[in-house]
Amino acid sequence: MDKIVELNGVNKVYGTNRVVKDLNLFVEEGEFLTLLGSSGCGKTTTLRMIAGFEEPTTGTIKVQGENVEAKEPFERNVNTVFQSYALFPHMTIYENIAYGLKVKKVSKAEIKKSVLEMLDLVQLNGFEHRYPSQLSGGQKQRVAIARALINHPKVLLLDEPLGALDLKLRKQMQLELKRLQKKLNITFIYVTHDQEEALTMSDRIAVMHDGVIDQLASPTEIYEHPKTKFVATFIGETNIYDGCITSIKGEIANITLENGEVSVKCPEDFSILEYASVSVRPEKMKFSTKKVDGFGLVAQVKDYVYVGSVLKCIVALPNGNELKIERLAGQELPKVGSKCYPYWNPEDAVLIHNESHYIFEALNNIKLA
Amino acid sequence: MSKSRLNFKANTLPAIVMVGPVVVIMVLLIAVPLIYVGIMSSCSIDEFYNVTYNFTLENYIRLANQDYLKIYSQSICIAFITTLICILIGYPFSYFIARTKSKKKKILYMLVIIPFWTNSLIRIYGWRTFLGTNGWLNIILQLLNITDEPIDFLYKTGATVLGMVYCLIPFMILPLYTSIEKLDVTLLEASSDLGAGSMKTFVNVILPLTSGGIFSGSLMVFIPCLGYFFVSDILGGGNSDVIGNLIERQFQGGNNWPLGAALSIVLIVVTLALVKVYQKLGGDMDALGV
Ligand SMILES: Nc1ncnc2c1ncn2[C@@H]1O[C@H](COP(=O)(O)OP(=O)(O)OP(=O)(O)O)[C@@H](O)[C@H]1O
Ligand SMILES: [Mg+2]
Repeated sequence: MDKIVELNGVNKVYGTNRVVKDLNLFVEEGEFLTLLGSSGCGKTTTLRMIAGFEEPTTGTIKVQGENVEAKEPFERNVNTVFQSYALFPHMTIYENIAYGLKVKKVSKAEIKKSVLEMLDLVQLNGFEHRYPSQLSGGQKQRVAIARALINHPKVLLLDEPLGALDLKLRKQMQLELKRLQKKLNITFIYVTHDQEEALTMSDRIAVMHDGVIDQLASPTEIYEHPKTKFVATFIGETNIYDGCITSIKGEIANITLENGEVSVKCPEDFSILEYASVSVRPEKMKFSTKKVDGFGLVAQVKDYVYVGSVLKCIVALPNGNELKIERLAGQELPKVGSKCYPYWNPEDAVLIHNESHYIFEALNNIKLA
Repeated sequence: MSKSRLNFKANTLPAIVMVGPVVVIMVLLIAVPLIYVGIMSSCSIDEFYNVTYNFTLENYIRLANQDYLKIYSQSICIAFITTLICILIGYPFSYFIARTKSKKKKILYMLVIIPFWTNSLIRIYGWRTFLGTNGWLNIILQLLNITDEPIDFLYKTGATVLGMVYCLIPFMILPLYTSIEKLDVTLLEASSDLGAGSMKTFVNVILPLTSGGIFSGSLMVFIPCLGYFFVSDILGGGNSDVIGNLIERQFQGGNNWPLGAALSIVLIVVTLALVKVYQKLGGDMDALGV
């Protein structure tokens, strides 16, 4: 597949505030890529640089292999769906959607054909004579999408397009957007801070944190093998603790946490005596009434919460930290207040480098030299 | 709810005490004089120019006089040109101060406001001194050898229009500034994103969305322009009279108050009609400052 959008070493500085830092990002043709991150991490800024509303301070941006930093937004084969919809209030829905063709001096008959096609695509037939103020949020959103698609862009940029909709409508629009993207085979670059949305819709997710992409991978990979502590905690629920690798036997590493030792499957780039974090999803956690080999955690069951089909269990460790454990409802479980031994299959936990890894590496390099 | 209403009532003075003074002032200073002008406009005068209360419509009929019609059209023409010039100068200026991010914004805005603090009569006299045959402009032009003889700038329609524009342009800039400031920048970005260059964005998005400001600015320039008699008096020297001059003359030299009152009533009615048109077109009454 071809790279349709390429960002190389892109930096954006506002005054003294470095908002986007050395960003490298490749988007493949026909892909649904999501920029996911907490508020203020630079998602919108990145999107606006691709659209052409902001210029990168340094670095290059290519669309279809062509440098576009110097090009105006209207010279780029990229269209944007704005978070606030940005529909022209003085134009009807028809005129709004037709706008992109009208400014290109396309013939009236052709415009009509395209607009009707677009209205059909977003299921808004019959709304053409209304004004934006006469539409609901979801309908406005569809108009914004139709308006952006009428130019047949190579890439569609969407900045939290569903942010203003209620949960039910949002879920429905997520599916519709995904269907549209598949049908038209257009590259989508999608910005959201909703991790669930990102997981359900994307082919790949770029998790941004403080102007940096922490990890760029498929939703499964991001969920199951987070690269950084931020990614692990931002996406889904997790139990995460820092510790030191005290021994490595074959594939399994023993980590000593504050509350005792645990066993985790160890990737090759970890070494003994290194400080690392262990992340275990609540649904991968188990507990036993007897001590399990390789695990030295002891805890007290504090509380159970029923959430439909699953049961959330909170257990407390001796130092006061809590672990979240999720079980299918209906299983035999230790009583509240009783003692238990949390454990997991070593391959279900993820080992994550933390900052000390880099210090450790640097020290090693000095020793070697 | 009902309890808080009760409390509210208990804690304030009776309504009559609260609004009473305002009503009295409004009635005495606005309603009564207006009614008086209305009555006056249908009075007649005797041979000694004394007002007699013989009610008649003759004053209104006299307004259709050939000479008056000429001055109405001349006045409307001046007001129209003044409004147009105010738009042409005011729009780019307002756009610039509304959109600039620099700190000069406040200073530029103040430059528009400050002239309000000086009497406009004095400022118009200033222009007469500046433009006169012995004025600074002619001195400079002669020093630069652009002209040998002093040029007669004054007492022409052009001078009146200049004075009108000078006096009234703040009334154009302020509503324009407000409407441009309110314009959502993402709409401009959307337009650009969809393929429109800056000219097309201006025509298709900026202009229609600021038309309310243009209209209210125009109204606020056009209407006073019909009445600012001192500008045409001082700079036009009687060669470019506006409706205001006619009214002023009836009350002063002409000493025909009923006729002047009839003229005033017509001007008020025309003004109200224009405001009504503006409202019908969907104009924002707040933008007029009324
Ligand atoms: N025009 C600007 N001038 C100065 N700082 C800016 C500007 N635009 C954005 N910033 C700053 O850049 C940072 C990133 O902003 P950005 O809008 O990209 O965040 P975001 O990831 O889209 O957040 P959100 O999820 O809240 O929309 C913020 O700290 C913001 O204050
Ligand atoms: Mg944003």
